[in-house]
Amino acid sequence: MEAVLKTAFPFIVFSAGILAAFQGVLMIVAYTVLAERKVLGWMQGRVGPNRVGPWGVLQPFADLFKFILKEDLIPDKSTKFVYFLAPLVALSCALLPIVVYPFGPRIADPLGWLVPYVADWPTLGPAVAWIAEQAINMPLTIARIDVGVLFVLGITSVGVFGIALAGWSSNSKYSLMGGLRSSAQMISYELAMGASVIGVVMLAGTLDLNGIIEAQIRSPFKWFIIPQFLGFVVFLIAAFAETNRVPFDLPEAETELVAGFHTEYSALKFALFFMAEYVNMFTVSVMCVTLFLGGWYVPGLGKILQPGSIPYALVSHVAFIGKICFFLFLYIWVRGTLPRFRFDQLMNFGWKFLLPLGIANIILTIVVVYFLNS
Amino acid sequence: MASDVFFFIFAGFAIACAISMVYHKNPLYSAISLVGVFIALSCLYVTLAAPFIAAVQILIYAGAIMVLVVFVIMLLNLDEDRRDNRLGFLYALGGGLGLILLAQTFFVFYAVMRAPQQAVNTAETAGKTMSIGQAMYTEYLLPVEIVGILLLMAIIGGVVMSRRLNQEQIEAVVDKELELRGQDEDKDDYRIAF
Repeated sequence: MEAVLKTAFPFIVFSAGILAAFQGVLMIVAYTVLAERKVLGWMQGRVGPNRVGPWGVLQPFADLFKFILKEDLIPDKSTKFVYFLAPLVALSCALLPIVVYPFGPRIADPLGWLVPYVADWPTLGPAVAWIAEQAINMPLTIARIDVGVLFVLGITSVGVFGIALAGWSSNSKYSLMGGLRSSAQMISYELAMGASVIGVVMLAGTLDLNGIIEAQIRSPFKWFIIPQFLGFVVFLIAAFAETNRVPFDLPEAETELVAGFHTEYSALKFALFFMAEYVNMFTVSVMCVTLFLGGWYVPGLGKILQPGSIPYALVSHVAFIGKICFFLFLYIWVRGTLPRFRFDQLMNFGWKFLLPLGIANIILTIVVVYFLNS
Repeated sequence: MASDVFFFIFAGFAIACAISMVYHKNPLYSAISLVGVFIALSCLYVTLAAPFIAAVQILIYAGAIMVLVVFVIMLLNLDEDRRDNRLGFLYALGGGLGLILLAQTFFVFYAVMRAPQQAVNTAETAGKTMSIGQAMYTEYLLPVEIVGILLLMAIIGGVVMSRRLNQEQIEAVVDKELELRGQDEDKDDYRIAF
């Protein structure tokens, strides 16, 4: 029994970590939707949702229940299997990158304080002591892999299938045009995004997200936004286009394409697309924070709190979430401010301005790194 | 033990997707199955401690090339593939090529079995991004450069073939074509072709 539990322990820990991280991200996403409606309301001189719960805080749950209870319509001429597959692909590709996010620094001894309290208990005492020993140097990342940046870029690029297949399988002109526009846009801006990341990777010398944060702590600038400002601007603009948000929300141009690729989707299938869009916003915000704003690192915090202690990890984690929330707010702010691009302007901007800018940033970084190293 | 279980899961998934890719009549279903094959293969690379190859497999094959294939299928709106009896000889050809492939596989197995046992690379850096990058830009620099030039040629070829001609260039091409044929045909017929 004990041996079985000890073998199963890593799997239990991973499952619990994945469950906690997914739950946390989905809660943030749900409240991003509420924040978007509230902030847009204020920007337009309205109040926003305020009926469900005090100050409208239960609105996301009300929306979810409504999505679940609505009738699920499937168009008669649609390709059923692909129509069913598309929202699943979109949401799972949006959620998968969560496993490599660096949520915070390592904690040296997270459960050590618990051991003395239960030391006298018959079976629980040794069990807790064993678990505390396993938890030493616990990272706040589910999986620290060597190619974190490539993993996130790769999985999000597979997410294009969800949108393209949704547009195709609905068998409607609006959906097909919306799906084609949206996937063309995502493919085009992926290049600029990848180009803007390379500068950071060269400065850090690793593709591991945690390693990039550690490289930023070691560097004299502390945050890579200072030496990589050009890359940051390119990344931010490409991120708006990647997530199909204003001012690049061509696929959803209501006046010409109704709702784009998800015109024919209703009920929970539409909710999955909706969630995927907001989880993607969260993903690019995490990438932006990790690559350019030092991730969980707060300059000077190590002088106040002991690095590796639990309070240090907590403050760092809150700082990480705070930085992400700033970018989520930026999305909403831009949505309340800017008008929409035309499709040909969007393509010209991506291929003829943003991509050359990204490549120029790479060459500039190569030259600077070469002369600094020699 | 656990890695064996994962191997059989992913290998089975890869083979199932490959069979479904070959047997589906609808080209879009075949494309989706091929994406499944790529994803299963990249999972196998992960279990073989080659995370970089796995990530690149997803990023390039599943994320870029197959998206373009799906795009083409969607835009052309291909009908289901009808079986054409005139092409019956292709079955025999396919069977012959399959047998050759099988023989090659057995030959590789045989050669691997006969070869002297080599030490497994157990270094910490094996399969990691940095060691792959160092190998690519020192030991294998020439092949990398050749592949780069090949890809550049393909890009330039694509740009040249897809560029739009303006009115004067169309006139020039049509005139040259008519001159070659030496006939006095209607210019508009050719102009449409460009």
